[in-house]
Amino acid sequence: MAGPMRIRAASNGTETEVKILMSHDMETGQRKDASGALVPAHHITELTATHNGRVVLAAQFGPAVSKNPYLQFKFAGGAKGDKVNVSWVDNKGDKRTDEVVVA
Amino acid sequence: MKNSTYAACVVASAFMFATPVLADATAEGIAKYREALAEGNPAELWEMRGEELWKEARGPKKATLEKCDLGQGPGVVKGVFVTLPRHFADTGRVQDLESRLLTCMETLQGIPADEVAKTPFGKGEQKNIEALVAWISAESRGMKFNLPMAHPEEKRMYEIGKRAFNYRGGTHDFGCVTCHGEDGKRIRLQDLPNLTKGPDAARGFGSWPAYRVSSGELWSMQRRLNDCFRQQRFPYPMYGSDVTVALSSYLGVTANGTVESIAPAIKR
Amino acid sequence: MNTQRREVLKSGSAAGLFGLLVAAGLITTQQAQAAGWDKPAFEAKAMDEALKALGAGKPADSKDVQISGPDIAENGAVVPVGVKSALADTEFIAILIEKNPSMLAASFTLPAGTMADVSTRVKMGQTSNVFALVKAGGSFYMVSKEIKVTLGGCGG
Repeated sequence: MAGPMRIRAASNGTETEVKILMSHDMETGQRKDASGALVPAHHITELTATHNGRVVLAAQFGPAVSKNPYLQFKFAGGAKGDKVNVSWVDNKGDKRTDEVVVA
Repeated sequence: MKNSTYAACVVASAFMFATPVLADATAEGIAKYREALAEGNPAELWEMRGEELWKEARGPKKATLEKCDLGQGPGVVKGVFVTLPRHFADTGRVQDLESRLLTCMETLQGIPADEVAKTPFGKGEQKNIEALVAWISAESRGMKFNLPMAHPEEKRMYEIGKRAFNYRGGTHDFGCVTCHGEDGKRIRLQDLPNLTKGPDAARGFGSWPAYRVSSGELWSMQRRLNDCFRQQRFPYPMYGSDVTVALSSYLGVTANGTVESIAPAIKR
Repeated sequence: MNTQRREVLKSGSAAGLFGLLVAAGLITTQQAQAAGWDKPAFEAKAMDEALKALGAGKPADSKDVQISGPDIAENGAVVPVGVKSALADTEFIAILIEKNPSMLAASFTLPAGTMADVSTRVKMGQTSNVFALVKAGGSFYMVSKEIKVTLGGCGG
């Protein structure tokens, strides 16, 4: 199972900035292993971020997003103590959901 | 990939001294690139895991590492990274962070140290060590190196490290000093730190462990040193062996009191 | 360290992510149906093909869209790229890399209230133009920036 995300969400009173680090290999499907066999593609395909239950970002990733992906975005509103929830799913159906409290 | 890098390095090393100073625009571009990566360093993913591992009851003895003494007393993690390697009375040895962790894992958790030492980097318990060193080093971020040099063994290891650093040999008559003994050297776009001088030694030594962009892995200092031996065409040193600890003693003491530790850093 | 990150929810359900979100009332069924990985766009090998798959046709240039990234990247495995749009009602942002095997790297759908300001990191096989595609008020706009990719040294 994939490791937890590192999520930071900080409010400045008018907007909230979210920074996410995900633990994922993001295999392109083009790399060969030591024996010369192609390593199958394995990458996050979709990510959804919600603020107190409302979707604030829906992202789609291809294999060209770097290994251990990083994502940063901002939304209007949000206050200290609110919840930001991030979920991703990959092309093999693995998934992960983590939540942080806005600082 | 590894082979091509290796071959390229042989070529690059031949040209190392002939290359002119980087064009300012390129150097500036690279500096901006590095700056952009500093935010959101994936090493944080290892830090998270390391902190959990420290507090997790594991091994045959089902114990945590919370009583591990890294030099400032059992359980003290803050600030220890910048004081290692140092002499430990209980083992009678100078130990770096990783060899000390092996001691703690064996004595507290019952995980056999020699088996962990034999495990390839990035696998099994070595993966756990990578996470632990990421977190432990992060707990000294912003601090300057302050390795003790009071114990005769610490002085001896520093001297051995200095000799190992300057020792040249192998098929290419290489030593650490070949690439890291003078100012202003570089290989392709990489500026090479002069590890015989304080600030550069702190920047070099104080960057590891680091997230390696090229492999997407976290490399510990032991792994970094292991790769230095490979690049010199020397036999691989044993994990946590005295020569690696001695090299760290030399680099760490040279770095003392100069530039702040930024480990775990991010490296291309 | 920040302790909030440990407030972790582990999704143990066998249902898909969007099923899970629907069940949790986090998104509506309609949103879930509209979602789904855009395979044709992500597998497009040519720019025209990728733009067509994204429904973008021939996007216009715009001085209100900014793409940020380094002029030179020390390693193509991790290249920071950011996109900002000052256009009203920016609802969609995509990052495309001209010389990658498939051009589309990532796309972002921005609900009202989310700033048109996203950053991520992408892989680049070689020096290439990187494009930011933006949909605002129903129209598509695109800008580009060249990012050079260099070979690194030995150690580091």
